[in-house]
Formats: sequence, C-alpha cells, structure tokens
Amino acid sequence: MTELDKYIQFVGQPIVDDLKLLAERLKGKAIQNINSTRFGGGVAEILHRVVPILQEIGVDARWDVIEGNDRFFNVTKKFHNALHGRSEKIGAKDFEIFNEVGRENIKNMDIYGDIVFVHDPQPIQLIKRKKKNKWIWRCHIDVSHPNKKVWDFLEKFVYSYDSSVFSAPGFSQKLPIRQFLISPSIDPLSDKNKVLEQRQIDNVLNKYGIDKKLPIICQISRIDYLKDPVGVIEAFKMVRRYNKCQLVLAGNKSLDDPESDKVLAEVKKAAKGMPEVHALLIPPEHNDIDINALQSAASVVVQKSIREGFGLVVTEALWKGKPVVASAVGGIALQIKHRYSGLLCNSIEGCAFGIKQLLNSPAYATRLGENAKENVRRNFLLTRHLRDYMLLFLSLYNPEGIVYL
Amino acid sequence: MKKLIRVRNPFRFCTRLHLMELIGLKAKNLDELLDIIKKVSGSCIYNHTHRFLQIHQYVSPEPPNDFAYWATHTLREDVLGEKLASIDTVQFQSIRSLRNKIVEVIKEHLKKNPSSKKKFASQGKEFQFIKSVSFVLPTNYIAYDLKDFSKALKEITVDSLYFHIFEARLRLGKKTNDFSFWIGTSLKDKDLAHDISHLDPYTRTMEDLRKTIIELVEKRL
Repeated sequence: MTELDKYIQFVGQPIVDDLKLLAERLKGKAIQNINSTRFGGGVAEILHRVVPILQEIGVDARWDVIEGNDRFFNVTKKFHNALHGRSEKIGAKDFEIFNEVGRENIKNMDIYGDIVFVHDPQPIQLIKRKKKNKWIWRCHIDVSHPNKKVWDFLEKFVYSYDSSVFSAPGFSQKLPIRQFLISPSIDPLSDKNKVLEQRQIDNVLNKYGIDKKLPIICQISRIDYLKDPVGVIEAFKMVRRYNKCQLVLAGNKSLDDPESDKVLAEVKKAAKGMPEVHALLIPPEHNDIDINALQSAASVVVQKSIREGFGLVVTEALWKGKPVVASAVGGIALQIKHRYSGLLCNSIEGCAFGIKQLLNSPAYATRLGENAKENVRRNFLLTRHLRDYMLLFLSLYNPEGIVYL
Repeated sequence: MKKLIRVRNPFRFCTRLHLMELIGLKAKNLDELLDIIKKVSGSCIYNHTHRFLQIHQYVSPEPPNDFAYWATHTLREDVLGEKLASIDTVQFQSIRSLRNKIVEVIKEHLKKNPSSKKKFASQGKEFQFIKSVSFVLPTNYIAYDLKDFSKALKEITVDSLYFHIFEARLRLGKKTNDFSFWIGTSLKDKDLAHDISHLDPYTRTMEDLRKTIIELVEKRL
C-alpha cells in the first residue's frame, strides 16, 4: 500500500483519485520547497508528509533547507515573535545578521525549481535569485498586527514573489501580489490523531489520576496567558454549580517564555480547593499519545484562547468528533460554524453556558460533534492540503478565475 | 427488464476543485457589505454562496450562505439573516441575478431598518471577501449506459456530484442539471430526466442526493 492510499480509509478513493489527476497536470515541473529546518515546528512536520506523497504520485517535489547560525536563528525567532505582534527589541544589528546569512544563502543555494516554494521569513531573501521561474511565499504566521519595522523590512521581498499564501483571511496584509488562502491540516495517521484503544485511553487517565466515570471538560494548550487557563477555571466554576464534572487543563511550558511559571502559579491558585481540576504538565516524550487520549476521553473540549493562530489543536478535537466550545479568534472561526459544528464564545460566561448546554443536551452535542468531524474530513485533513498545494502550483500558469484542465 | 440503451456520446464525469483567493476587501457593517457585494467579481459571489453551500452541505441542518451567517451571528441581524438565508441559491441561473437578489434584500432591509446601519462588527470579525478560483477537470469515470452511470455515481466525489447537479444551471443557463440533460437527450429517457431534475437538491445532504439519484436510476435497470 502506498502512503497516499493509507488515506483512502478516511476520505475515500475518489478524493485520492482527484489528487492523482492533479499530479498528472504537474508533470515536468520541479517544485522546490525551501524552509529553515528539517526538524521541529509545524512547517517541517507538514513538509515531511507532503513532499514524499507528492513524489509518490509523480510530482517532482523536493525540499531544501537554508544554512544559518545561532545568531541568525535568534534574530529570526525575534522576527517571528514581532510579526505575531509581541514586543521585541529589534535593532540595526539584527537586520545586519539577517542580511549577512541571507547573502550567503543567495550565493550558495542551488535554485533549480520551476516553482520555488519559500516557507516563512527565514529564506525570504532568496527571491533575489528569481529568474523566469515562479516563486511563492508561504506565510505560516499571523501577520495581521505585525511589528511595523520588521514587516516593512520583509514586505519589499514579498513584493517580488508571484503569489503568497496565508492560513486565514485575518492573518494577511494588503499586498500587490495574489494572496491565496490555504488552511493548515492535520494528519489522521499521526499519534495525535489516530484512534486509540480504550485500554490506552484508560491508562493515560489512570496515570494522571483522572476519574473516568466523571464527565471530562478538557483544554489542551501551552501554559500561556493567551490561552486563558484561568478563564477556563472561572467558566468551570460556573458549570460545576449545576453539573458534576471535572476539568483537565493539559499542555506544556514554552521553554523560552519567562511568563509560563507565573501563569502556572495563577492556575494553581485559581484551582485551589477544587480537586476536580487537573492542571497537567505533559512531558514532551509522551505528548502526542497523552494529548490524544485526553481529548478522546473528553465530553466537551474547550479552547478559550484570547489570541490564537490557526488553532490546529481545535481541529484535532473536532476530528475526534468532540463537541467544542471555543473563542471566536484566529483560525477557530474558520473551523467552527456556531451551532452547526461547535459553539463559539466571547466571554467566560458564554464559555460556561456552552459547556452546560453540551453536557445537558447529549444528542445536540453528538450532532455538533458529527458535523465537526465531517467538516474536518472534508476541509482540514492532509489530503485537502495536498490538493490545495497542487492547485496553487497550477494557478501560477493559469491566472483565470475558472481553469479548465 | 428493459434493454439497456448504450450510446456513442458517453457521459464524462468532471469535477470542480477550488482554491480560495483573498481579495483584500472586508466589510464592517451592512453599508460596506452592500457596496462591496455590488463591485466584486462573480467568482467572489460564487464563493460566498455556492462554495459555502458545498463546504457545509453535509451539515445538518445546513447553514445557507456566508452573508446570512455573518448577518445573523456577527451583526445579530436575525431578520436580515433569515431573509438572506431564504434566498434559494441554487435556483438562480446566473451569478448576476443571484447578486441582484442579495443586493435587493439588503437594500430593502436597510430602508426599513435604518438603525441597522449603526451595527458594526468588532475587529477581526469583519466580513472578509474571498474569491474562488475554480479548476474543472475530467475524471476517469465515463458512462455509456445507465449501468455505467449508476456505478460511477456510487464512486464519484461530492465535488463532482455538486458540479453536475448544482452548477449546471450556472454553466448551461438551463433549468436542468447535467445528468438530466444527458439522460434526456442522449438516452432519450425523458421520464428519468424529469424525475432527477425535479429533486430539490437544496433540502438534502449531498449523500442523500446521491442515494436518491442512484435509486431512481437503478429502478430502470
């Protein structure tokens, strides 16, 4: 069985056949993906899946990585945070370091693609090597409220690309080039998303001392103010007045976030005297399976973020057919249509009300969960991502609104 | 059992795939929404009506179109939302006439409810206009007779089904769909063509629709 054929069980044969038809239209085009790292982070994770499958169906997709040093990656990390709107001190020296490594890569990188697909800001300067080939800039970051200095610096490179890609409409900027909307995706075969046996789920619940007989409300997130864990506990307090249930807040600490210890302390304080609140730090080596088990065991999944990227953790819960109550921020509104495939909320009270509704109306919760799973099946699995990427490549040669292939 | 008619001009199933393109326009209130609806390209109106329907067709009950959803859930304009929702998207034979209808409904609402102009979406919840870039491509499914046709119907994607049923009106400008057109003109089975063209695709999920058409076809086999 080929890698792609493994997805037939989730999306059906015809969807896979469509991908093969599209691949035929890309014969003879070399597609060169370029990013900054082979390991770590969502971009590398997706390229590890996408590139081999494209190759398997006959697309000449390849993947190269730029060279960089610690100083460069420290600067690009600062850029990343600044583009997300976080305050960062960025000076002339930082731009100098970025340009210096950029120049080296421009000189040394082998550019062979008919289509060069550049991911995120780190390799953005390679556009200086553009000739007659097509160049796409894939921005995985929410640049809706960027640090102006950093964006102004990067923007002039973006202008030279043929097209750009963003993950959600609100993440983009006004640009003079075409901007496509391609959502990220989840892989149903990954440890985070595969179906677990009940025994595995029970083991994880036992490990963390969670009562499997009591309904579980669960939020999976980094320990971070922006995920509003204290707000979730406040909502839980309103729910527990009427419903016997327990709350699981699970995630990990960001190593480079000095605030996470402070947030954790506030979470513990807010949960004091409530043994049914489980604030769990999941060790990285068990992360994927444990998170999967906790989501799978939940009666209601919550994502009460104040700010969110695309929110793939929500996609993962929806894929498990879970009823979700989530803030209408970032990419979440793209994934949940209120009252059709989940509940959106804007306040602690709204979050609590949504949780109570779902706990007290299991048939409604089930229907939302079924709709949500179907929505993910059609719109947020890896196969849709592959399809969109191939359409994107074809769009470079077909500027019309309707393309007959 | 009736003898199967096999024809020389087969039915070639196509599919239509979409890529979404941002056009950099967004509306905060109904006035802006109206202005932009009037000037955007047809592929943008298509995206927020037909494409929206296609994405959510499996959902029960299904949301009607992006404009209605935004009016109801963001601006809390329930009456307008209901009126926009009741526009029967698939019955329009051109994007132009559908656009005119949407404009008319919003204009009418604003005339009767001037205070609605004062409602604004909060930051991040504006209506983002997106256009749909469509790619039409023939699939490997071909039918020379009703037996082939029924077999293919069981296997094609919902995108393909949607293309032949919903979009045929837009493409052909006819009050029928591709299946009925081929069955009526090539296979000369006017009754089956009529039965399929009189199914109301709007009130069914795509899978229900597929099942019903297969049942109608298989009755002939």
